Amino acid sequence: MTAPGAAGPRTGRIVVVGASLAGLRAAEALRDEGFTGELTMIGDEPHAPYDRPPLSKAVLSGRLDCDHIELPRVRDIDARWLLGTPATGLDVPGHRVALADGRSMAYDRLLIATGTRARTWPARAGGGLDGVHVLRTREDAERLRGALLNGPSRVLVIGAGFTGGEVASSCAESGLAVTVTQRGAAPLAGALGGTVGRAAADWYHAAGVDLRLNTTVRALEGDPSGRLRRAVLSDGTVLDTEVAVVATGALANTEWLSGSGLAADHRGVVTDDRCRAMTTDGNPAEDIFATGDIARRPHPLHPGRLLRLNHWDGAVAQARTAAHHIVHGPGAQHLRQPLPAFWSQQFGHYLKSIGVPALADQVAITQGSLHQRRFVAAYGLEGRLIGAVAVDSPRVLDGYAALIEARAPFPPALGATDGPAHPDIIDAAFPGRDTGGTRDHPGHTPSAIAPAPNR
Amino acid sequence: MITKPGPQPPSHPLRLVVDLNRCQSYGQCVYAAPTVFRFHAEESLEYDYAPEGGVRREVERAAAACPVQAITLGGATEPAPGAHGDHR
Ligand SMILES: Cc1cc2nc3c(=O)[nH]c(=O)nc-3n(C[C@H](O)[C@H](O)[C@H](O)COP(=O)(O)OP(=O)(O)OC[C@H]3O[C@@H](n4cnc5c(N)ncnc54)[C@H](O)[C@@H]3O)c2cc1C
Ligand code: SF4
Repeated sequence: MTAPGAAGPRTGRIVVVGASLAGLRAAEALRDEGFTGELTMIGDEPHAPYDRPPLSKAVLSGRLDCDHIELPRVRDIDARWLLGTPATGLDVPGHRVALADGRSMAYDRLLIATGTRARTWPARAGGGLDGVHVLRTREDAERLRGALLNGPSRVLVIGAGFTGGEVASSCAESGLAVTVTQRGAAPLAGALGGTVGRAAADWYHAAGVDLRLNTTVRALEGDPSGRLRRAVLSDGTVLDTEVAVVATGALANTEWLSGSGLAADHRGVVTDDRCRAMTTDGNPAEDIFATGDIARRPHPLHPGRLLRLNHWDGAVAQARTAAHHIVHGPGAQHLRQPLPAFWSQQFGHYLKSIGVPALADQVAITQGSLHQRRFVAAYGLEGRLIGAVAVDSPRVLDGYAALIEARAPFPPALGATDGPAHPDIIDAAFPGRDTGGTRDHPGHTPSAIAPAPNR
Repeated sequence: MITKPGPQPPSHPLRLVVDLNRCQSYGQCVYAAPTVFRFHAEESLEYDYAPEGGVRREVERAAAACPVQAITLGGATEPAPGAHGDHR
């Protein structure tokens, strides 16, 4: 819908909005791909790009300071940096990004990498109380760490996804009493299904965490000075607590794109397989790209779906794809898309995932067993292997990756010595599958549903 | 608020990151640079992204020893950017 800028593909002005993992890695890749023009990095955080994964782990446990999580620059990107500067609007026909300080930046090509933020607790249910936390930024981590050092009688973690589990694990390690509420029947069920999630429940219990399944928080209540004191749970229990961490998922930072004509909402920005942002009329914008946590994009192994991957590897791998297509234009060769991958470290376990377990309908334990410390779960969809999760088995996933890429049948024939010859196939037990896992409409309309495992 | 890269400082502070999707917990990095890398629990690698105190040689050795090339080294060379134009 918009003509590419007058500048050639290797010159001109590229503006990157969002100066974190995806924005930085894309900027480096732009230079690697031969872009010699003007590069501007706009970010609302006042910090040099830093890594988020340690925030819920070593930082929260006090083993690593926030000054020690800055990301390395792998090359000089010769950019102009505007940090502490939120973008507030996008004028697509005018090729300009509006900034909060009143200025605007002209671009020939734009990369959107504004990521996601933590969903907050509603104010009417106690969200404004002192002691209610989320965890997404350095400041969030420092604030929460400070609150933990005050020795609360109990920490309440709302949500047992990856972030919730990692926070609960760090708190339990620090010797604090922890309660975790989870709406569904098992931790991690949205990302890994209830079958594997039940193994994760054992990790919580072994760490002494009070895990309340099928339980929600009705309200958080404070004292007259506005400090959190109690949580009222859906089963009527009243829990005394001074620190609550809301870990109920993430919302895409797309407000600044409203009215721009891009297919963007709280779930993200829809892109095509070249990372070009889609417009609401279903066509790609030729000179606007999106990458990282904010992007919802198709993957060749899952036609007809939009995936929002929300993980570190997605930000790094897609940044390369985006830069390639930004620099080489519409005629560029397609890059091979790597399989999605993520890891988590919680309760002393190291979990690694490859492929897209969240789309599966069946699961089979192919190595170890759910009752052992180490196991591998293979995930299948309609008889095909689509994902694998390895717990404390960090060396096995390459074999599964090759089978997933080859569209191998499920359950996979592995011949692993530590697994059953014919693994039982179990229902993967994803919650709300009747509503959550439907196929996207063709044409990538923003109303389509993406089964994204939230952090 | 706008910072333009100046000439690079003579000694670039070391920065590093480990791709924990790739890491296979072999532990070579822990042997090579024990003040920078460590295992938390049995298999979960933890590390300092911005180690101080002249450990560059050890960290370079760790990166070279990693059998799956999971360790990326870089610097904080570019004027990174502070909110109020402070060059670092
Ligand atoms: C606590 C925590 C633990 C995690 N642990 C793991 C893990 O163990 N394994 C794993 O695979 N992944 C993990 N992740 C996920 C991983 O950190 C993300 O996938 C990654 O940060 C995505 O990078 P991004 O650059 O796309 O988005 P972000 O890192 O969210 O960066 C977006 C940037 O854009 C900025 N921005 C937003 N709006 C604007 C605006 N209007 N104008 C200018 N700038 C704006 C934001 O402030 C931010 O700096 C974790 C995330 C968190 C929060
Ligand atoms: S040497 Fe490499 S694979 Fe081994 S623990 Fe270190 S980073 Fe991981």
